[in-house]
Amino acid sequence: MTTTVDRLPQPAQRRRLSLRAREELAAYLLISPWIIGFLIFVAGGLLFNFGLSFFQTDLLSSAKFVGLNNYRQLLTDDRLFWQAVRVTSIYTFATVPLQTLLGLGVALLLNQKVWGIGFWRTLFYLPSVVSGVAVGMIWLWFYHPDLGLFNLLLGQLGIEGPRWLVSQRWALPSLIFMNVWGIGTIMLIFLAGLQGIQREYYEAARIDGANNRQQFWAITIPMLSPHIFYNVVLGIISSYQVFTSSFVMTEGGPNNATLTLVLFLYSRAFLMARFGYAAAIAWILFLIILVLTVFLLRSSRGTVFYEGREG
Amino acid sequence: MSVLVGFDPVLWGAWRRRDWGGVALRVLVYLLLVSGGFVFALPALWMLSTALKPLSEVNTLPPVWIPTRIEWANFTEPFQEIPFARFYQNTLVITLVSVFGMLLSCTPVAYAFARLRFRGRNVLFVLVLATVMLPEHATLVPMYVFFANLGWINTILPLTVPRFFAVDGFVVFLMRQFFLTLPSELDDACKIDGGSHWIFLTRILVPLSMPMYGVIFILYFVGYWNDFFYPLVFLNNMENYTVALGLRLFQTRYFVETNTMMAMALLASLPTIALFFIAQRAFIQGIVLTGVRR
Repeated sequence: MTTTVDRLPQPAQRRRLSLRAREELAAYLLISPWIIGFLIFVAGGLLFNFGLSFFQTDLLSSAKFVGLNNYRQLLTDDRLFWQAVRVTSIYTFATVPLQTLLGLGVALLLNQKVWGIGFWRTLFYLPSVVSGVAVGMIWLWFYHPDLGLFNLLLGQLGIEGPRWLVSQRWALPSLIFMNVWGIGTIMLIFLAGLQGIQREYYEAARIDGANNRQQFWAITIPMLSPHIFYNVVLGIISSYQVFTSSFVMTEGGPNNATLTLVLFLYSRAFLMARFGYAAAIAWILFLIILVLTVFLLRSSRGTVFYEGREG
Repeated sequence: MSVLVGFDPVLWGAWRRRDWGGVALRVLVYLLLVSGGFVFALPALWMLSTALKPLSEVNTLPPVWIPTRIEWANFTEPFQEIPFARFYQNTLVITLVSVFGMLLSCTPVAYAFARLRFRGRNVLFVLVLATVMLPEHATLVPMYVFFANLGWINTILPLTVPRFFAVDGFVVFLMRQFFLTLPSELDDACKIDGGSHWIFLTRILVPLSMPMYGVIFILYFVGYWNDFFYPLVFLNNMENYTVALGLRLFQTRYFVETNTMMAMALLASLPTIALFFIAQRAFIQGIVLTGVRR
């Protein structure tokens, strides 16, 4: 009797184990494209980039090991590198808050039950589906000092407008202002967040006598905090890699006033064939973004609210 | 007045209750929508207006917003000098192959992370999420060296082949989140009927996830179609240019023939604008459904 009872679970257990093993095997097989891709394009790429940054190479003649020289030159000698860091940082820390606030505002507006909501959503999302090159060319005209829309409007108000993209002082603010139009994705993420907040919270708050503003600060903002956080982190990561607008509209000028880090990297690698140097720039760009991301992740603890039943 | 108010139940209700504050708030919402919508549509409106203008109405003071006659030649003339049709074809091939590769490769990966148990699953998934935060330019130079050694520069391969390796962590994440919302009874039912993972995935999970696939398709079609940086790096031969690269060829004559240039910009943006207009409703609903959230 006892022996039978002891033995009984054994075959079942063995079968479960083998099922388990089969499931594991299937799982590894299914994720194998990602494993290969990760090893080649992510891990391999990062390691190779790190190694390359210690060499001097134009890819045609043989590479020369130069130790830390690329980094030394970047950090101590290259005035343009620091200019690029400065430009990109100003760009990021101006664009991200502006885009986040405006994206939230528009999402709140588009979350209302209004007539023709689909039409309004399409309209606000429109600038985000237009090709970046086309957008750049449209805004080149808006910013034209003599013929452009802005100076025309300012002129009618009796103000002589700045020279926008051709002015060393106004070029970067012009690019920042222009990119505020591209808030489509940010807006969508906020919209998805707003639609995920359960009506009951607002109903309960109303019963307790909370007004609109109190409801906004006590319900909407805390419930949206993961989305705000996501938009800020992804915004910083993508803003530090801004390229197309300055490449198309100003080519980094005037006098390097809009020289971004990726534009700098691009020119060293593909215009000057200094691939080792470009790898060092890429590595520093990676470190800047990594430090900022880790800092944000750490400081978000306690301020970002995650709902318990997050699906 | 009541007719005007009738189209909006909230406004109508406030009006009936003589709640003037409510009416004012509602009117403010519409004012913001109209003015904001106009401001956001302005660049596209100007593009459209200029693309249709004859040269005599370009760069005039004050600007002409509604052309007196439509100059269709703006859309045909540039094709004689620049192989724009070719660029169109190149872009379409690259975009469709890329989106297809990405959907194809990310699906089984997301499925495994959502439905199967295996050792190291959590660690690996954290790695997937970490790649979302990885700045893509950090691996640009090695990728260029790698593809140059394979002889792939000036082909569509560097732009498409990586998409078949599920490298987009965001897509894997989105798909996994969606798969998690589907009931686990489905798995059991399929297993009892003797179905394999492949059958379950292709016959049950994927058909049930069509709204999510729609959203990802639109989002990434737009993204790949408009991509400028990677084609710029990997395609140097005009034969292989994409639309975004080809547009740059017009830039040299920009302030002379702004109208033809804007006609080409309009053509370049038309597929993405059209796609978004057609699928707008499903897209927004799908986004909400998919829950782009973390």
